[in-house]
Amino acid sequence: MNTLLEVSGVSVTFDGFRAINNLSFQIAEAEMRAVIGPNGAGKTTFMDIVTGKTRPDEGRVIWGESSMNLLRMNEAKIAQAGIGRKFQKPTVFEDQSVQENLLMALKNNRGWLAVLRYRPTKVDLAKVDDLAEQIGLKDQLGRKSGELSHGQKQWLEIGMLLAQEPRLLLVDEPAAGMTPSEREHTTDILVEAAKTRAVVVVEHDMEFVRRLNCKVTVLHEGAVLAEGSLDHVTSDQNVIDVYLER
Amino acid sequence: MQRSFIAKNPSVLVFLAILALFTLLVTVMSEGFGVGGISTSFIKTLGKTLCLCLIALAMDVIWGYTGILSLGHFAFFGLGGYMIGMWLMYERTRLIVVDSLAQAEIPPTDGEVIDAVGNQIFGVVGSSEFPLIWAFADSLVIQLILVVFVPGILALVFGWLAFRSRVTGVYLSILTQAMTLALALYLFQNDSGLRGNNGLSGLQNLPGVTASQDYVSLWFFWASAAALGGGYVLCAWLVSGKFGSVLRAIRDNEARVRFLGYSVEMYKLVIFTLTACIAAVAGALYYPQAGIINPAEIAPIASIYLAVWVAIGGRGRLYGAIIGAAFVSLLSTWFTGGQAPDINLGFYTVKWVDWWLVLLGLSFVLVTLFAPKGIGGLIDLYTERRSPSRHGADLGPDDGALREQEASQ
Ligand SMILES: Nc1ncnc2c1ncn2[C@@H]1O[C@H](COP(=O)(O)OP(=O)(O)OP(=O)(O)O)[C@@H](O)[C@H]1O
Ligand SMILES: [Mg+2]
Repeated sequence: MNTLLEVSGVSVTFDGFRAINNLSFQIAEAEMRAVIGPNGAGKTTFMDIVTGKTRPDEGRVIWGESSMNLLRMNEAKIAQAGIGRKFQKPTVFEDQSVQENLLMALKNNRGWLAVLRYRPTKVDLAKVDDLAEQIGLKDQLGRKSGELSHGQKQWLEIGMLLAQEPRLLLVDEPAAGMTPSEREHTTDILVEAAKTRAVVVVEHDMEFVRRLNCKVTVLHEGAVLAEGSLDHVTSDQNVIDVYLER
Repeated sequence: MQRSFIAKNPSVLVFLAILALFTLLVTVMSEGFGVGGISTSFIKTLGKTLCLCLIALAMDVIWGYTGILSLGHFAFFGLGGYMIGMWLMYERTRLIVVDSLAQAEIPPTDGEVIDAVGNQIFGVVGSSEFPLIWAFADSLVIQLILVVFVPGILALVFGWLAFRSRVTGVYLSILTQAMTLALALYLFQNDSGLRGNNGLSGLQNLPGVTASQDYVSLWFFWASAAALGGGYVLCAWLVSGKFGSVLRAIRDNEARVRFLGYSVEMYKLVIFTLTACIAAVAGALYYPQAGIINPAEIAPIASIYLAVWVAIGGRGRLYGAIIGAAFVSLLSTWFTGGQAPDINLGFYTVKWVDWWLVLLGLSFVLVTLFAPKGIGGLIDLYTERRSPSRHGADLGPDDGALREQEASQ
């Protein structure tokens, strides 16, 4: 399969501390990947680099069949190119309704003139309804998202992510603060999404990762420690030493 | 979402109705067209207040909705005033000069007229040459275009530089203050070409118009009311719909907006420039009613007052900005105009002319602390908007983000 995103030899230093150390990572189209690793392993920083939030000191980040250099693009351009992101801490626009949040995320022209002239079409509203159905917020469309529960906010953000119709989804700890049944639902949504696009999921919960049933990358101290099936990496001695035994 | 613009913004209709009623009332009570009862000078005060309401609207859009605390919008207001003032002063002086030279035996040449006009206008700063920036002062149409063009370009260039380097929060506010101060200091110079600290005067006289101020004041009052009405509809349209959604999102969490693929810098630039143009139009209507404009009007403090009005009125609601501007500026006129009775405490006499600013500052602090929704929040009581419980958290991580106490459902 074609490589969609290729990260090679990337390093980042924060005040002398090497958060990412010569990291290389590849993901193909329509692939699901779980990224695990202890606290501070650099999982979120990895996403920051891909989405343009953090500039690496060295390395390359190449995107798509035309091999775009993401390091030369700003956050908005990268998002427009088809990389969507869900944050570790749910970040939705709390002052706005669920519907407004979803409409803002919905894939459409992002230019200010187009946005100024934009009126929600029937098609768009139907898409929003579908998404709301999918994330279980159908009855909450008119509510301010600030009033939603933590789990509902997580879902709203997943819904916004899907609304962008990105080719690559970067999902940082989607199941944090969710009940077991909510987690299950979240897995379903992600597995469904990975049928048509690439999905990278960062998660601490092993049960959750097992249900995703995909290749796993273990990060440690900013570098890849092991890669393979969940059973393969969990039987790797290095991984056991730094992660599982702690 | 599918409801019409008016249905979603009932305040537009209510506001337009109140504005129309107010305009009618003032007209009926005026000395020019009505029964009398409101003096011409007070009509000017009311007209000026409408202009201040218009710039407060612009301030609310840029600060209340987009979260950019610009402390420089009075610079655009003043520039708008200067642009229209140049034509008013030039044309009126020219008519006077032509009149007086008409008595001469040899009819004056165009060159002589222009020299005489230059002498009249720039005599006070020891010059008689027209500076380059007066090149179009003889054309009303061009000067009217410049009213929005010059402040617009300044806002565009300033905004481009500031937003591109991602200056935000208090640093941006300081930068806008610096811009305002620099502009004011420049205009204070005699060779700035705009008569230094004398400013432009006699602006209340419309060239070629013989009608008395009783009438002229009402014309400007009507124009101000129309501009305010139009401005309200424009601003309500801007902040509703998806564009408004993006603006509020930028206010509460601009980093997140970038990850959705919106170019935050571009949106900020657009709204900064647009509100600067609105401020400029307000200024162009204000100064012919004030009669005089000088660089002191652009002083940084004016822009700070503007933020105070909007805060007292309630930021993030358009009617709040209007209420704040009208209420505070009229009250200020009353206090500083010497109409408020002094309070004799026996050992000390509170003179409001001196104490008004203290009172204003105190109200600002009290409103910010105890009634962050401002006076506009009272309307929420009536419309029964409930506040969401955010357990004390703001609605976003950014400096400009709405505070929980300001929000409503
Ligand atoms: N902007 C920053 N400035 C300084 N240090 C940072 C910055 N961002 C991250 N770090 C450090 O880099 C390391 C990696 O952080 P990162 O957030 O990527 O870890 P993580 O794998 O996502 O951890 P967690 O599982 O806790 O979310 C941490 O030690 C963190 O303190
Ligand atoms: Mg993390």
